[in-house]
Amino acid sequence: MAVLLDKNTRLVVQGLTGREGTFHAKAAAAYGTTVVGGVTPGKGGTRHEGWPVFNSVHDAVRETGANATVIFVPPPFAADAIMEATDAGISLAVCITEGIPTIDMLRAFTFMEGKATRLIGPNCPGIISAGKGKAGIIPAHICREGRIGIVSKSGTLTYEAIHQLTRQGMGQTTCIGIGGDPLIGTSFIDALKLFAADPDTEAVIMIGEIGGTAEQEAADFIKREFKKPVVGFIAGQTAPPGRRMGHAGAIIAGGQGTAAEKMEALTKAGVHVAKSPADMGVRMKDALGR
Amino acid sequence: MQVREPRRRYVSIDCFVQLLGAFHALKIHEYQAKSVLARFGVPVPRGEVAFSAAEAGDIARRLGGDIAVVKAQIHAGGRGKGGGVKLAKSPEEAEQLAKQMIGMTLITHQTGPEGKKVGRVLIEEGLQIDRELYLSIVIDRASASPVIIASAAGGMDIEEVAASHPEQILREAIDPGTGVIPFQARKLAFGMGLPAAAAPKLVKVLDSIYKAFIETDASMIEINPLILTKGGDLLALDAKVSFDDNALYRHPDLRDFRDLTEEDPLEVEASKFSLNYIRLEGNIGCMVNGAGLAMATMDIIKLAGGEPANFLDVGGGANAEQIRNAFKILTSDKNVKAVLINIFGGILRCDVLAQGVIAAVTELGVPVPIVIRMEGTNVDEGKRMLRESGLNFTTADSMGEAADTVVALAKAR
Repeated sequence: MAVLLDKNTRLVVQGLTGREGTFHAKAAAAYGTTVVGGVTPGKGGTRHEGWPVFNSVHDAVRETGANATVIFVPPPFAADAIMEATDAGISLAVCITEGIPTIDMLRAFTFMEGKATRLIGPNCPGIISAGKGKAGIIPAHICREGRIGIVSKSGTLTYEAIHQLTRQGMGQTTCIGIGGDPLIGTSFIDALKLFAADPDTEAVIMIGEIGGTAEQEAADFIKREFKKPVVGFIAGQTAPPGRRMGHAGAIIAGGQGTAAEKMEALTKAGVHVAKSPADMGVRMKDALGR
Repeated sequence: MQVREPRRRYVSIDCFVQLLGAFHALKIHEYQAKSVLARFGVPVPRGEVAFSAAEAGDIARRLGGDIAVVKAQIHAGGRGKGGGVKLAKSPEEAEQLAKQMIGMTLITHQTGPEGKKVGRVLIEEGLQIDRELYLSIVIDRASASPVIIASAAGGMDIEEVAASHPEQILREAIDPGTGVIPFQARKLAFGMGLPAAAAPKLVKVLDSIYKAFIETDASMIEINPLILTKGGDLLALDAKVSFDDNALYRHPDLRDFRDLTEEDPLEVEASKFSLNYIRLEGNIGCMVNGAGLAMATMDIIKLAGGEPANFLDVGGGANAEQIRNAFKILTSDKNVKAVLINIFGGILRCDVLAQGVIAAVTELGVPVPIVIRMEGTNVDEGKRMLRESGLNFTTADSMGEAADTVVALAKAR
């Protein structure tokens, strides 16, 4: 088993005909994902790399039975694309796009309220279920099937964690990049709930970073009800206060949202916190007593 | 199937993190902020910006009245205590004060010890203040909604108020579908103890501020203080506004507000190439792909006993040309004694990285040792290219090894 994405996933690619969309659609298909087509408004009725292209997500759903979408649409149009997928009843929308205006996302979240679509991201590397399929840009060749789940705010640190696990002989169930923006669709807690319910996920690596309080909230949740071992890492232990470190969400101000504070909250919740980003895999080995 | 839960209607403390932060954004000067707010109907004092003492005198004369206020324009708060806000009883005095302020280096608790050079001053009419209030609007992450923060304790550092008198901080989450509903504004007015006659005025002010926030894609609007004058009017006596970088493409007028003299020259240079660069104090230059890994790389350098000279995220889709530019910026920081390149190739292929690094080092002749750790797509090809380049690179197989090596090399110099 895996979470969110498995062999029943029928993936449509919004922005299929663009450079990124094409590249990653092919990579997803090569990894065994069922890619059923693409959406590019105005190019409906054509074919691209053998896939049918539709004018709208609604058309794609009707014609192909798509139940998931991965969005590679430029920032000015990405929130629109998310809302379109929501309206079409897609159950999983993964938005890779970085740099969406916050006000656009505010509108998108208002629109999505009470609707059945789960959004991953935006500004994230997407999801990969090892050996089953992927939606996004996580390089598949570093993954191996196994029993560890990963949830992370950061893209390349997710790759780092996967790589370290694989090197230590531990495979993965599903790796979820939730994104580094201040407003995101799926939180650490949402992802942990999914892993809690997945019998194949034995333990979880959780990668956070400075800014906000999502990690502290996750720590509370873990303490209260998450029974599986968790290894944690927080990026930005040495970040200077008051500066945006790449991700829009990654700022420390007023002494809040620091790495130290987050690491302490996680440690208190029983999480095995790795001080060094090089130790995530080793810490997991320790946590599982291997 | 999971149904998205209705948004939470309470507001977390996290809005303060963003409020005090709001660094993910274009910052502008007070006089520019006031001009934006005035466009949406927020009342502000009469005034104009001056770039010279003579201009300041002329403006004070035009304003008339008994008192003019001379305010240094820098991108930092705490100006009053640092001597950046002064009262003038005549246009001549305003000119004199402007003369002292323009060109001076102002040090406040927000500028850092090096301070900021004053290049312009705002000359405003003096007003009879009855009360000072606090107002701001930011996006709260937890509730995914804009939130208005208000306090009767205006004119003070709001962070201190929040810490010492949390009961004096009022919050009102705004539904993007309705905007500020009048009852919400009245709730805040009465909560702050404003006289009944001022409540409808606050309704108007908040409506204007909210419109300004949404329509300009602001990431923060802070009015501290909002004053109630002895005549019963509400005015924004000070204003801080910053805008969402990601939305600037649809606000070309706001882009003109950028004041490059307020920014680090290397950071300005980096931004031209869409590189995410922040200059720090240490001596180990870092080049990394991805913000999280870049932060983690700084962390591991520190754990290895070194100090990072910068944060630099070349992004997921960097090409050889961008790698070259990144290298140029990195090494023009004279403190850099060694460079660590840490790349986990996903979209960015290791052979492309190697090609860019080799080209940059060949062209620029980098005089410091370079440690490269790369992993991911086409890593073997990338390593082969580095090996066969004949250039002096040190390669490492893991982050930990890379950090230890680069710290040792920097210390040896």
